[in-house]
Amino acid sequence: MRNRERNLVLVAVLLTIGTMPALAASEDDYKTAFAAAEAAEKQADALRNKWTTTEAQLAAAKKAAAGGDFDAAMAAAKDAEALAKASVFQATSERERWKDMEIR
Amino acid sequence: MRVRAILFSAIAAIASGTLACIAASALAAPDKIDPVADAKAFQKYFTDKFPKVKYEDFVNGPYSMNEDMRRQWEEKEQFPPYEFALEAGKEMFSTPFKNGKTYADCFANGGIGIRQNYPYFDEKEGKVVTLELALNRCREANGEAPYSYVKDEMASLTAYMAYTSRGKRMDITIPSDPRALEAYENGKRYFYTRRGQLNFSCATCHVQSPGQRIRAEVLAPALGILNALPIYRSEWSGMGTTSRRFVTCNSQTRAVPLEPQSDEYRDLEYFLSYVSNGLPISGPGARP
Repeated sequence: MRNRERNLVLVAVLLTIGTMPALAASEDDYKTAFAAAEAAEKQADALRNKWTTTEAQLAAAKKAAAGGDFDAAMAAAKDAEALAKASVFQATSERERWKDMEIR
Repeated sequence: MRVRAILFSAIAAIASGTLACIAASALAAPDKIDPVADAKAFQKYFTDKFPKVKYEDFVNGPYSMNEDMRRQWEEKEQFPPYEFALEAGKEMFSTPFKNGKTYADCFANGGIGIRQNYPYFDEKEGKVVTLELALNRCREANGEAPYSYVKDEMASLTAYMAYTSRGKRMDITIPSDPRALEAYENGKRYFYTRRGQLNFSCATCHVQSPGQRIRAEVLAPALGILNALPIYRSEWSGMGTTSRRFVTCNSQTRAVPLEPQSDEYRDLEYFLSYVSNGLPISGPGARP
């Protein structure tokens, strides 16, 4: 019985959390996300493999932050980080994989 | 007894791991760089894939792959869109710099009929020198400001120099210098490496798919692709150099292009030109 009550409380808490609106991103959240994206893009740059889409998302993040829209800025920074990480993965995996395409 | 069994299996695991490592390192040993074999295989790939295309015709890019486009192009060649650039290039070429010298003073044979020998590997510098780079170096050596590598004056000058070399066979040499071989190999790697968000390499379009459409364009074969440069492109509404071609290709795959005449692009031009040895220079060209 006690367990059942405890489970019910847990389900109620989880449901409440699930339906709560996400907290708005702060400037600090954005700065952290942007720094992470920039760090990943720096790695891509070192590998001479930046993507135009990453650059576009970084620019969008900056623009949104300048306008005070930190939710949009944070979302764009997160996208930029994911894209930059994908470009780093591409450059790293292509170090050997390019040979698969070679005419021999 | 049990301890001994565990020890034995551990040793066996390490030994087999070592053997696997040795085998893997043998497999991963760098392939011998053999440009002659590469060029032979490269040319055979295209002639096998397109047995109906005349060998010399590969330099005409998409027109060698598509009858309708070819007819339109042949009509356009009556009044070629690169004619203005050609005339401008001829005039620029013969106009002296402020110091009285001309481009002819910087090149073998006065710069006439030499396009087929570019790019070359400069053993002093230890790097590939393209025609565009040599032209700007000529300007700077004579106290003139360098031109943009992608269009306008540079396209006009290279158009004129290509025109004086029309019909001459591409003749790129790789000296027996390990740095030259490395530059060639770097160019080859660049050509086959996927990049950009679309995950395309140069080969994705120009080896795997020539003759096929990508949106409205018919893709050109990589064999002889630089022989027609510089080109007038309707898409650009103007002329473009080899540098412009590389930059555009990169951005079309959503990769941030490198600087024109970066080492990578110079090496790429070296590789692409070398594997097209024997094909005639047809530049300047016109493309949709």
